[in-house]
Amino acid sequence: MFWQITLDLLEGFGNTCLLFFLTLVLAIPLGLLVAFGAMSKIKPLKAVVKVFIWIIRGTPLMLQILVIFYVPGLLFEVNLFSRMVSVLIAFVINYACYFAEIYRGGIESITKGQYEAGQVLGMTKGQIFFKVVLLQVIKRIVPPMSNEIITLVKDTSLARVIIVVEILKKAENWATKGLIWPLFYTGVYYLLFVGLLTLLFRALEKKLSYFKA
Amino acid sequence: MAYLDIKNFCKKFGEHEVLKGINLTVEKGEVVSIIGSSGSGKTTLLRCINFLETPDIGVMTLDGETLFNAETVKKEKESVLRAKRLNFGMVFQSFNLFPQYCVMSNITLAPLLQLKERVKKDKTLNLAEEKQKIIEEAEKLLEKTGLTEKKNAYPYELSGGQQQRVAIARALALKPKILCFDEPTSALDPELTGEVLKVIRSLKDEDRTMIIVTHEMGFAKNVSDKVVFMANGVIEEEGTPKAVFDNPKSEKLKAFLSNVKDKEGE
Repeated sequence: MFWQITLDLLEGFGNTCLLFFLTLVLAIPLGLLVAFGAMSKIKPLKAVVKVFIWIIRGTPLMLQILVIFYVPGLLFEVNLFSRMVSVLIAFVINYACYFAEIYRGGIESITKGQYEAGQVLGMTKGQIFFKVVLLQVIKRIVPPMSNEIITLVKDTSLARVIIVVEILKKAENWATKGLIWPLFYTGVYYLLFVGLLTLLFRALEKKLSYFKA
Repeated sequence: MAYLDIKNFCKKFGEHEVLKGINLTVEKGEVVSIIGSSGSGKTTLLRCINFLETPDIGVMTLDGETLFNAETVKKEKESVLRAKRLNFGMVFQSFNLFPQYCVMSNITLAPLLQLKERVKKDKTLNLAEEKQKIIEEAEKLLEKTGLTEKKNAYPYELSGGQQQRVAIARALALKPKILCFDEPTSALDPELTGEVLKVIRSLKDEDRTMIIVTHEMGFAKNVSDKVVFMANGVIEEEGTPKAVFDNPKSEKLKAFLSNVKDKEGE
């Protein structure tokens, strides 16, 4: 019985991990685009992006999942996205906005002197960003990003509101059958996964500790 | 015609006029110091020369070539501006070394990036050979600035004086025609200014053309061929160090010098 439930939860945890990794892979670059938009010199673009970030950060992720899953159907009577894809879209957009704000903070914390030093050395804007600024930004954003990414692990449990069967949904299914302990047992999965991530981030921080900025 | 010729540089920040028609000439091999109280516009002038600020009005020529003209600058391509900017080297008050690179890489980063661009255009270049040249050049500069032992150190491991010497070597690595210093010792502890000034002085001995914005009056007097005193966005007085320091004519310069003397006497 214990073994059967462990495997069943593991199957759900596969979905959790899938959602986690896909969100990460897509939201990390998308966040950079959003951050550039939020820092753009083109005022209308900047305003639109800022309002967008405000809406995404200002409403619950659960609501966003529901909107993306149900609204296309209500408006156009088509089911645009499957359940998993809807959740993924909501997660990617939501996390891209949070990441964007972290990136922006990191980028804006780099002193003007670094850009100017690059300029007087004849570097292009691209060279300054990629060769001078980027690594300093990465070093600075590792702690807040680890925080956000750990939150993402646990936010995946929101997917169950539109019946994407991740680990917590699996455990709930057992609970409706009268078996309550699998629900608590899921905590072990989360803890192990977050523990692994924590070690990973610690290693990354250590790797970047060879310089001070 | 002078080597570097600046005509009528004007610059406003909002309503505030920082430069009010600056005319300045620098001859080849000349060391020009710019002195004046803070807010007089000397740093802004230096930043305009280095294309870090864009004057609203004015023309600048170097060796007969027009580098800057306020009327046409907006039409200039970014790449053209970049090439023009490389006529000048700049050493900042706050060093601005790149923290993630060791001393050697701080010096070779920009030359190596430029090498990449050159190789793209000219396929006959031998990449390994050219790289070796850049590294050898950097090693020479490290020796000159007394930093050979620090070549693998990171900026945070260096004293302020050492960092500034790296910054000087980094600027020299691009072989600028004119090297500019923006208060190179103002961020340093007093006991560390000497080593930086010594390096600058050694550059004078190589007949480098330099423009130095400084608060070190003794140094300005010793090292300069010409001293320029700025006040309220204009050049109030200029001349040989002897004339400016021993025989000031304008009231403002007299007041400035006695003020500095008072402070040094404290």
